[in-house]
Amino acid sequence: MNPDVTTTVPGNGYEQRNEEWRRALYEAAAEVFEMMVGEPVSLQEDTAAAPGATDTTAMVGLAGALCGVLSIRCTTSSAAGIASKMLGEPVQSTECIEQQLDALGEICNMVAGNFKARVEGLREQCMLSVPTVITGQDYCLHSLADNDRLEVALLFQGNPIVLRLEIHG
Amino acid sequence: MANIRALIVDDSSVMRKIVERCLRQAGITLSAVFEASNGAEGLAVIGNNPVDLILSDINMPVMDGLEFVTNLQASANAKGVPIVMITTEGGEAQVTQALTLGAKGYIRKPFTPDQVRQHVVPLLRAD
Repeated sequence: MNPDVTTTVPGNGYEQRNEEWRRALYEAAAEVFEMMVGEPVSLQEDTAAAPGATDTTAMVGLAGALCGVLSIRCTTSSAAGIASKMLGEPVQSTECIEQQLDALGEICNMVAGNFKARVEGLREQCMLSVPTVITGQDYCLHSLADNDRLEVALLFQGNPIVLRLEIHG
Repeated sequence: MANIRALIVDDSSVMRKIVERCLRQAGITLSAVFEASNGAEGLAVIGNNPVDLILSDINMPVMDGLEFVTNLQASANAKGVPIVMITTEGGEAQVTQALTLGAKGYIRKPFTPDQVRQHVVPLLRAD
């Protein structure tokens, strides 16, 4: 497993941490999809190859020993697919928008919780916000803190899902 | 385990449906399922509806699960009712706090239907 990662911070310590954290991110997401969605995700080796057409973004804030934002981006169609699998009934991408957003927000929440449980020192010392979900592509997310950023690209039912951890401190 | 009246408290409607499905898959016959999206709603529901089982998330807006469990102590309808926390927040401190406040168990998200069965069924049998 060698998920691609984008980071702006040089140095061996950061590289080692990033390697551990991107593996933890992937393992956390894989377990959540396996157990709660009932369908696996696979790694997309190159994040640059992930299409930029994702239009649904769920975010969970982290505060404490790790401050940052974990986000999951996917298409509306993928969000509908996730909601359908979780509910065990068809959810059309043009209908039941609230269920799609709810499902993706909950997935993001569980991935964040599962991620911090896998990283030493975070389980007890890091709190999660309730999820926020944004629809549409025409937005920019700005942080006032210097950011380090990890990305892991996944495929769900052949469509891209991008995990991003913005690290603020 | 027939005719169980369950209260499921979670800010995610999708998660509430999954929990209900897991309870049914565990062989629990539910005569009523009450839903609430936060602790305050949960208190309002239980004020008017006796239940046999409460499952609650911890991390919720308005009133979180720990405050909900604390406030349940004043509810006559919650007296002796087993409470199980279902949460992504798996820190020992929170788990210990929930158990101290009266919860009988906790389930970490993500979970399997079998894990729900293992945690919930013994509580109903003991009851």
